[in-house]
Amino acid sequence: MTVGRNPSSDLTTLTASAAVDAMGRGEFTAAELFDAYRAAATADQLNAYLWVAENAPPAPPQDAPLAGVPLAVKDLFCTEGVPSQAGSKILEDYRPPYTASVVARLQAAGAPLLGKTNQDEFAMGSSNENSAFGPVLNPWDHRRVPGGSSGGSAAAVAAGSAPWALGTDTGGSIRQPAALCGIVGLKPTYGTISRYGMIAFASSLDQAGPLTRDVTDAALLLKHMVGQDPRDCTSIGFPGEIGRPAARSLEGIRLGVPEELTGEGVGIDAGVLETFNATLKLAESLGASVRTCRLPHAQHALSAYYVLAPAEASSNLARFDGVRYGARVENGGLLGMYTKTRSQGFGTEVKRRIMLGTYSLSSGYYDAYYGRAQRVRTKISEDFATAFGEFDFVVTPTSPTVAFELGAKTADPLSMYVNDYCTVPMSLAGIPAISIPNGLSEGLPTGFQLAGPAFSENAILDAAFALEQAIGFRSLAPVAARSRA
Amino acid sequence: MIDREQVLHVARLARLELTDEEVGRMSEELSAVLGHIEKIGELDLDGVPPTTHVVEVSGALRPDIVEPSLPREVALASAPAVAGGGFLVPSPQADAVDSVTSSEGQSLR
Repeated sequence: MTVGRNPSSDLTTLTASAAVDAMGRGEFTAAELFDAYRAAATADQLNAYLWVAENAPPAPPQDAPLAGVPLAVKDLFCTEGVPSQAGSKILEDYRPPYTASVVARLQAAGAPLLGKTNQDEFAMGSSNENSAFGPVLNPWDHRRVPGGSSGGSAAAVAAGSAPWALGTDTGGSIRQPAALCGIVGLKPTYGTISRYGMIAFASSLDQAGPLTRDVTDAALLLKHMVGQDPRDCTSIGFPGEIGRPAARSLEGIRLGVPEELTGEGVGIDAGVLETFNATLKLAESLGASVRTCRLPHAQHALSAYYVLAPAEASSNLARFDGVRYGARVENGGLLGMYTKTRSQGFGTEVKRRIMLGTYSLSSGYYDAYYGRAQRVRTKISEDFATAFGEFDFVVTPTSPTVAFELGAKTADPLSMYVNDYCTVPMSLAGIPAISIPNGLSEGLPTGFQLAGPAFSENAILDAAFALEQAIGFRSLAPVAARSRA
Repeated sequence: MIDREQVLHVARLARLELTDEEVGRMSEELSAVLGHIEKIGELDLDGVPPTTHVVEVSGALRPDIVEPSLPREVALASAPAVAGGGFLVPSPQADAVDSVTSSEGQSLR
């Protein structure tokens, strides 16, 4: 392959790892790859981007492991001098004076910033319809949502306008959009990656992670994300190194299927269950054993989550007061200014969660809500610990449905929250989980979630790689669907 | 159930001003969500310790050494208003008296 014979659009069909390898062989340059993606990101019709780099970055150092493969970054990561708005009007055109540690780390490894991706406001949402800058469209079907909150990142990777992207996951915000867009999304163990410079939603749950076209790319990006950071005292790094996944078999691997998350009455779509069961069969043919496991408190995870996450959010979002950055709306004195600024700056879902969190933390309600939810969280962690005594991984469908139509769930917050049913338990337990595309239902991608004990990322990536090779899913949305305006 | 009065009280605590229509909708939506959440009230959680941190961390302390942080002008660059090398805010005394008293010093019933 030479540049002369390759229109730039062909470069955007390569996975990031394949591009690194090809550049190593001198087949094209980092500048050519960046230009190809910059053109694709500029031409994006999905509203996946809120900002695209105007100029090509300087050539990466010769030995940079990521070799200049550009990176799309969710809007809520602070990037110096570049709009970082967290999908919110209250931070419209905010340009931070510093860059988030994980972004800086990836830039140093040779992944320049390609653009900032659209998201649900402050990462609150499962459809990307809560962005102050308009919804993102699903590259498989433009009438449908890409999932959320990292919807722009997922859509860009699936549509070929980014080779890979950073997202954040609080209750499923990497895994669910990855599933709905047919790509790979990994939520790492809490604490492996610095949160410094991530505009906070729920600090005890928020974790950055990769959205990629295959498992190999997820491992490569993650490898350069992990690490302790003196600026985030909850960051602990990763023991050892993230390796390149290579497993071809699942011999001896014990998969547990939690009845509480997959059984009757949970409400998982028939088509989603069909691909899930087919993947379980495939896993067995690769040597894995598949048995039912129990997570007795998992059915309460969503309730605990919707106490804890809004409670933390109500505290974190107190900083948006029109004093140090962001919008200000004058209204009489200081209190009037605070109130007017926040009322006009925040969207409906953000207000709803601030209200929910303020209520559950308020005098007289704290023990009944927040205190109990923190105890449920302990039980959920214990459930996983027990399960991992007998099983290597817990597996579920990532999302109970395929991508739904725009507007279908906006009227009923609860129906939207249920999207996180299978992803929230792992978030509460702080354990790593990956979603890989495992087939189609109604012509739309479904996701298979694999969760393991804390710091089992290498084992998860290996198992996901073996499954990915056997499934053979192509993680770029069909061009016909992509070009349908 | 969370009624209109409670919604207004929580909104004041959260420094949010809701329109009449928003108050009604918030009352319905929060009641529905809280109705779902209240299922955790049925669990027996006696003696279960609350989670404070999901992954065990110990000794997350650093040496107490003064290091440079953002230069003042950079820290102030994004502020809506600055004066005399600091953030400029409207006077708390310019707030209408009733908006202050209705926002402070109340407790939930």
